[in-house]
Amino acid sequence: MEALPTVETARKLGLLPEEFEQICQILGRTPNFTELSIYSVMWSEHCSYKNSIVWLKTLPKDSPKMLAKAGEENAGIVDLGDGLACAFKIESHNHPSAVEPYQGAATGVGGINRDIFTMGARPIAQLNSLRFGNLNTDRTKWLVKGVVKGIGDYGNAFGVPTVGGEVYFDDCYEINPLVNAFSAGILKTDKIARAISYGAGNPVFIVGSATGKDGIHGATFASEDISEKSTEKLPAVQVGDPFQEKLLLEATLEIIETGCVIGIQDMGAAGIICSTSEMSAKGKHGMNVWLDRVPTRQPNMKPFEILLSESQERMLVVVEKGKEDIIQRIFDKWDLHCVQIGEVIEGERLYFYMNGELVADVPAESLVLGGEAPQYHREYREPAYYQEYKKFDINSVPDIVPEQIGEVGRFLIAHPNICSRRWIYEQYDRMVGTANVGSVTPSDAAVVNVKGTDKNIVITVDCNGRYVKADPETGCAIAVAESARNVVCSGGEPVAITNNLNFGNPYVPEVYWQFVGSIKGMKKACERFGTPVTGGNVSFYNQSTPKSGDGGVDYAVFPTPTIGMLGILEGWQNRMTLHFKQAGDLIYLIGEAKNDIASSEYLYSFRGVKASPAPAFDLETEYHLQQAVAAVIKAKLVQSAHDVSDGGLWTALTESALHGKLGYDIKVPVNSGIRLDAYLFGESQSRVVVSVSPDKAAAFEAMLTAHNTPFSKLGNVRADGKLNVNGATVLTVGEARELYEGTLPKYLN
Amino acid sequence: MKFGVVVFPGSNCDDDMIFALRDVLGQPAVKLWHKSHDLEGCDFIVLPGGFSYGDYLRSGAIARFSPIMNEVIAHAQKGGYVMGICNGFQILTESGLLPGALLRNTNRQYICKNVYLKPVTADSLLTRGLDVHKAYQIPIAHGEGRYYAPHHLLDEIKDNDQILFKYCDQSGAVTEEANPNGAVENIAGICNARRNVFGMMPHPERACHPMLGNTDGYELLASIIIEKVLL
Amino acid sequence: MKFIAEIQVMPQKEILDPQGKAVLLGLKNLGIQNVADVRIGKNIRMELDVADEAAAREEVEMTCQKLLANLIMEDYSYQIFPA
Repeated sequence: MEALPTVETARKLGLLPEEFEQICQILGRTPNFTELSIYSVMWSEHCSYKNSIVWLKTLPKDSPKMLAKAGEENAGIVDLGDGLACAFKIESHNHPSAVEPYQGAATGVGGINRDIFTMGARPIAQLNSLRFGNLNTDRTKWLVKGVVKGIGDYGNAFGVPTVGGEVYFDDCYEINPLVNAFSAGILKTDKIARAISYGAGNPVFIVGSATGKDGIHGATFASEDISEKSTEKLPAVQVGDPFQEKLLLEATLEIIETGCVIGIQDMGAAGIICSTSEMSAKGKHGMNVWLDRVPTRQPNMKPFEILLSESQERMLVVVEKGKEDIIQRIFDKWDLHCVQIGEVIEGERLYFYMNGELVADVPAESLVLGGEAPQYHREYREPAYYQEYKKFDINSVPDIVPEQIGEVGRFLIAHPNICSRRWIYEQYDRMVGTANVGSVTPSDAAVVNVKGTDKNIVITVDCNGRYVKADPETGCAIAVAESARNVVCSGGEPVAITNNLNFGNPYVPEVYWQFVGSIKGMKKACERFGTPVTGGNVSFYNQSTPKSGDGGVDYAVFPTPTIGMLGILEGWQNRMTLHFKQAGDLIYLIGEAKNDIASSEYLYSFRGVKASPAPAFDLETEYHLQQAVAAVIKAKLVQSAHDVSDGGLWTALTESALHGKLGYDIKVPVNSGIRLDAYLFGESQSRVVVSVSPDKAAAFEAMLTAHNTPFSKLGNVRADGKLNVNGATVLTVGEARELYEGTLPKYLN
Repeated sequence: MKFGVVVFPGSNCDDDMIFALRDVLGQPAVKLWHKSHDLEGCDFIVLPGGFSYGDYLRSGAIARFSPIMNEVIAHAQKGGYVMGICNGFQILTESGLLPGALLRNTNRQYICKNVYLKPVTADSLLTRGLDVHKAYQIPIAHGEGRYYAPHHLLDEIKDNDQILFKYCDQSGAVTEEANPNGAVENIAGICNARRNVFGMMPHPERACHPMLGNTDGYELLASIIIEKVLL
Repeated sequence: MKFIAEIQVMPQKEILDPQGKAVLLGLKNLGIQNVADVRIGKNIRMELDVADEAAAREEVEMTCQKLLANLIMEDYSYQIFPA
């Protein structure tokens, strides 16, 4: 007879004494070790969102286009009309990628795609959002190469194009890189598969890969006190198998199409226990599960190991009784395991058996988010740096003289945070599926056609963590605004977002303050743009621990609430691209220049001033700007549109020139009260660079005037490839290309 | 002409090829399951791109033993048309229907980008409608696409005019810089001596529609069904 | 003295080996039924010019740990012969 666990065992499993007490009350007895390990994973931050849910609930969830809201299903579902919908979500794999970048990133891609296709949606496009430390260090180079290869090898073989993304480098991510993967899929609205279980007597199947001892370290470590020491070594990493996932995708979509499936859920974190409890709780039923029937990769796995294993490429499927053969035939066709491991029962309890012996008996509702899983209000406190950053005075930094434009301009377009991402994206298949509309000529956001229709999804991931650190509320609102601006500049209409909230340790009040501020900023911006939050992922503990103690906010990564936005565009011909098209076209800035260099790459990296507030931003101004930009694009009055973001106006102009292989002539206004560095390199928000053919200029100006939107004529597009500012050639487009394209290969080859 | 596109476990360009043949070219096209023994009366068999069996062991090595390959080989031996794109090309070399082998790219990375191809011969179904003086922009997407054949074999291939395409620059010049993967003599695609089996690493089906911003691939595929391509 | 080292790098036995699994499936589809498991690793041959076998062993040990094997997920073994 095994000794019952104590509050000390609970502590080792990461549970608080009061949580142990609560578990005893729920069960009416002391849990056995298997049961306690179940609660420890289900009540972990990852599954229960216990430290974030109180705030996540304040985010807007609703719009007429939402078919599944945040938290209801594996991913949010947005109505595209004509019986079609889009399921999309972003998820992090930060901690696994820090240990083994290749497998960590690969399994991250696998996980997010399973979330999408378990809903019956065929993934059609992927994005990723990456953060690394200093590109000069060997560790960063190792991480970048591994992560990029991991994403590429998995996504390429899986057969879903990676159509865009973002990468930033900063010392704060040196120990803790961020790897966030986004996927979007298309489904028929009458074929939405749900993560639910009901109907007593219905069989429960596990399908896909066999179960190994992956991802159960915490529990195993804690268990060693009460069981014989495990001689079997534990796998330190989970290995992804894109081939298996591709088969699982095809088989899953085929079984959903049959209509015999009651419910289906991917096995991600917390494996079998998570899917059995969440599906059962949602369907208000219970389950008998025979753990000895689960196909395992290793002999003699213990019940808690089978329950908690995070082995990849597995699903739990509940099927209508009597239809087992139909499902079995499909999995046989695809050479996949499909084994019945349980049955649905009345009542809402889960009974797990091992070789006939009952090893765990728990109420499903007590395990899940929205049920009895704990929810905490964490303490938060404004960090001292916040007021310090606000004291920044632009006059403490000298303006540049005209002769310095070239020096700063070259520095910025070659900077790792701004330069071309070609070294990365050429390792990703961007064209499989033959629906990526922008593989030859890019737009600010990716545009992917829904095959067989005129509909296109417009997707982007954005977040400038530097802005969010400087001011979480404004910085996160900017992240939402920038993603919407990217969608609008591509011709799309923003409809919804998914978020990946990457923060440090939530028990550090200053870190939690960053989290709370970000949520407030996101809420405001999402409400203004009419883009509800459909779900996403919280990743805390992206923080290194100094030798003494837990470490404060200074040891955390930049607060990085990555926004993944979905927009819709009718007609691929209506897409807007970012490159200059024609010599002689007029170049305009829509929006207002500001005397602001706060938090710009110029100030932070070129001037080395780390403490400044977020760039100038006003939500109403931004909203009206986007309405005006959408209007001139829709009226076909502009030839190109590119938003002004990292690296300021200079970078936006130069990127438009580079992709069009053309030059430009622009003039900086004199006596405008705006410094030269602020005008060219400042990152104040709500600005877009467009080019307009001369015969459309009058109509263009009239429309913006009618919209009450400020604009200014900057100059025109040149045929000879010279990049001219105030009549002086700063660079040629050829020189700019060498700088822009040269940086990543220089560090990484 | 009835086309059959073979679906191996791990194929992922099968739908794209069906789209190009059926929706763009307007030809009858069906999918053929790799465990089947029936070519369903197809005249022209396509082995599409992807990662059959995950490309584990060697690209194409396991797929080459799929049941349907017996039928595909018999079809080719009777003079029937077979074309392999990317992973399909790898399967054709593994099965011996085409000479040579496809090795890991010299930079050891997967490469996805638009490259230019120069048709080397007009004497094939796939190139008869093309201009041998023009550079066609077609995307590649592979990690193991470096075409290799030992000297004697290469001489034979050249003597028989079996080279279909070489990698070139935008102006049509076949240069070392224009060679994306280190292929011997910039070879991007070949046919067999009998000229009924074709293999190429680049993906014409990814450049066959205005929506994709590139229609050069349309000309290649259209060449199969019409003698002179008029655009 | 010259030595030859034959080094085998294999995925650790508790780690999933997708490549081995796919080859096993391929063998089964070929009708070869009696293979119970397949795992795929690398074989590396190195020539060394060192004082004695102990030095060779030390050298090989170091190359395995530093470069040839990813110790998070792979094990290695080796044999050393006089060349």
